[in-house]
Amino acid sequence: MLARDAWLELRGRVVFWFSTVVLLVAVAMAAFPGLFARLGPNEACDLRMSKHGPASGALFGYDLQGCDYWSQVVHGTRASIVVGVSVTVFAMVISIVLGLVGGYYGGIADALISRLTDVFFGIPFVLGATVVLVAFPDHGIWAMTLVLVLLGWTTMTRLMRGQVIAVKDMDFVAAARMLGASDRRLMVRHILPNSVAPVIVVAMLNVGNVIAGEATLDYLGVGLQYPDVSWGLQLNIAQTFFAEHPHLLVFPALFLTATVLSFLMLGDVVRDALDPRLR
Amino acid sequence: MRYAAQRLAQAIPVFFATTFLIYTMVFALPGDPILALAGDKPVPAQVLAVMRARYHLDDPLLVQYGRYMLGVFQGDLGETFTGQPVSELLQDRWAVTAQLALTAWVFELVVGIGLGVLAGLRRGGAADTAVLAGTTFVIAVPVFVVGYTAQIVLGLNLGLFPTAGTEEGWPGSYLLPGMVLGSFGLAYVARLTRTSLVENLRADYVRTATAKGLSRRRVVGLHALRNSLIPVVTYLGVDFGNLMAGAVVTEGIFNLPGIGQQVFQSIQLQEGPVVVGVVTLLVMIFILANLAVDLLYGVLDPRIRRARA
Repeated sequence: MLARDAWLELRGRVVFWFSTVVLLVAVAMAAFPGLFARLGPNEACDLRMSKHGPASGALFGYDLQGCDYWSQVVHGTRASIVVGVSVTVFAMVISIVLGLVGGYYGGIADALISRLTDVFFGIPFVLGATVVLVAFPDHGIWAMTLVLVLLGWTTMTRLMRGQVIAVKDMDFVAAARMLGASDRRLMVRHILPNSVAPVIVVAMLNVGNVIAGEATLDYLGVGLQYPDVSWGLQLNIAQTFFAEHPHLLVFPALFLTATVLSFLMLGDVVRDALDPRLR
Repeated sequence: MRYAAQRLAQAIPVFFATTFLIYTMVFALPGDPILALAGDKPVPAQVLAVMRARYHLDDPLLVQYGRYMLGVFQGDLGETFTGQPVSELLQDRWAVTAQLALTAWVFELVVGIGLGVLAGLRRGGAADTAVLAGTTFVIAVPVFVVGYTAQIVLGLNLGLFPTAGTEEGWPGSYLLPGMVLGSFGLAYVARLTRTSLVENLRADYVRTATAKGLSRRRVVGLHALRNSLIPVVTYLGVDFGNLMAGAVVTEGIFNLPGIGQQVFQSIQLQEGPVVVGVVTLLVMIFILANLAVDLLYGVLDPRIRRARA
């Protein structure tokens, strides 16, 4: 019922369609970069063309190594989308499990989980991630994912726990318990579906934040390294030349911003649709 | 009072667990710092043993951590492997970062709440739409992109602000970096203020106040706004710690010699003691800010105090 109402509301929102289309394009670029880019990553680079601006034949100009910037930027999509989505999915799974267990059982389990959440919540993001990433220099995209999950599961866990506590004393849960439902059945079949909606909304917003965070680490030079291709890395490599060659800043930043913005706007409209109070 | 004691009792183990975690992560960095100090030259076994003993590198990690924390509470952050006290190294840099974070914070507070009130009072109007669209956009653009764009456009092309360094002192040199650092939080504060104000303006007590014949100004200023700002205060309190820790990017772009820059260099040079010193202090600020906000929250809203105690 709620889902149907939400869909009817979403269908009429321009913002919803706009961000969905942008995200579909981004996902297509991540999955099949060959459809969009003329060249492969770091392919056919010509140092003589280094930093040349947009011209015919090279819509976005050339990067520092003289590679076609449009192709490079298209290939950079994959890192952002993969990290953003997988970090959020893993973090969401962790927070749903911990939130259910802590919120439902209470007592020592809850106290332990809550304090553990506090501990990880207290680690500053950029510094914490930098310390770990520098300790393991040969990291690829999955190590980045792990680090971002490690530092990013706390907010959703707190939210889930609060939701579970609010839902577990409701009448329908008591009714199911009296009918003999086990703890696990209560949690999975009754409490979970009724408490997970706000977590999903925050997760959507979170994809955007994770992408921005990953790009920040790449930009600082502690994230992905050459020959990987990502928007943050492109901005890192070109950072000293932005003032004279603005196209080096503008194009990766444009793609990055459009992607993050679309996830945030999508999360926003979904929240509005699920929360009738704000209507 | 019981509530305050309870919160404090929770914060202390969290503080030790977090700092221990950081300590472990930093000193688990691969590579021997003493060997790194010597560069390519071989180090005689005796020298190595003396150095390791001097920095207690052979004790169990927990003992090292305990000794370190004892020092921290006496104001001693240890020394780098070249013998310089960490606190001395950071002395001047703290001031830079604190000024930067404070500028950003004031910017968030004044402009953020202002925009939020502007939007919330006329929900659905042009100002509201503009604020909502603008803040979503600002949240979506990563801080370093905002930083470079602002530096090039406002600093270099228009010449409104100095582009780098701290030569002009406060506020001149800190205005632009402060605005950049605070942009994310500003957008967040504006949205939070707006939502909260919109909800409160619909509350029964506001209708009562209006029905009593109070002017719109008094209803909004005295009744609605005061209650609306409770979540905003929470965010602003927590965010001060974030600003201090997040300054590393902004300091890099605007070349401000703050702790962010220092700690970033130190991580890459494997200067463990500096990293642990800075991060420990940041965590301390962060937890204290959280604690202060929680206590303030209890003062602002008596319902919370009674419900939790």
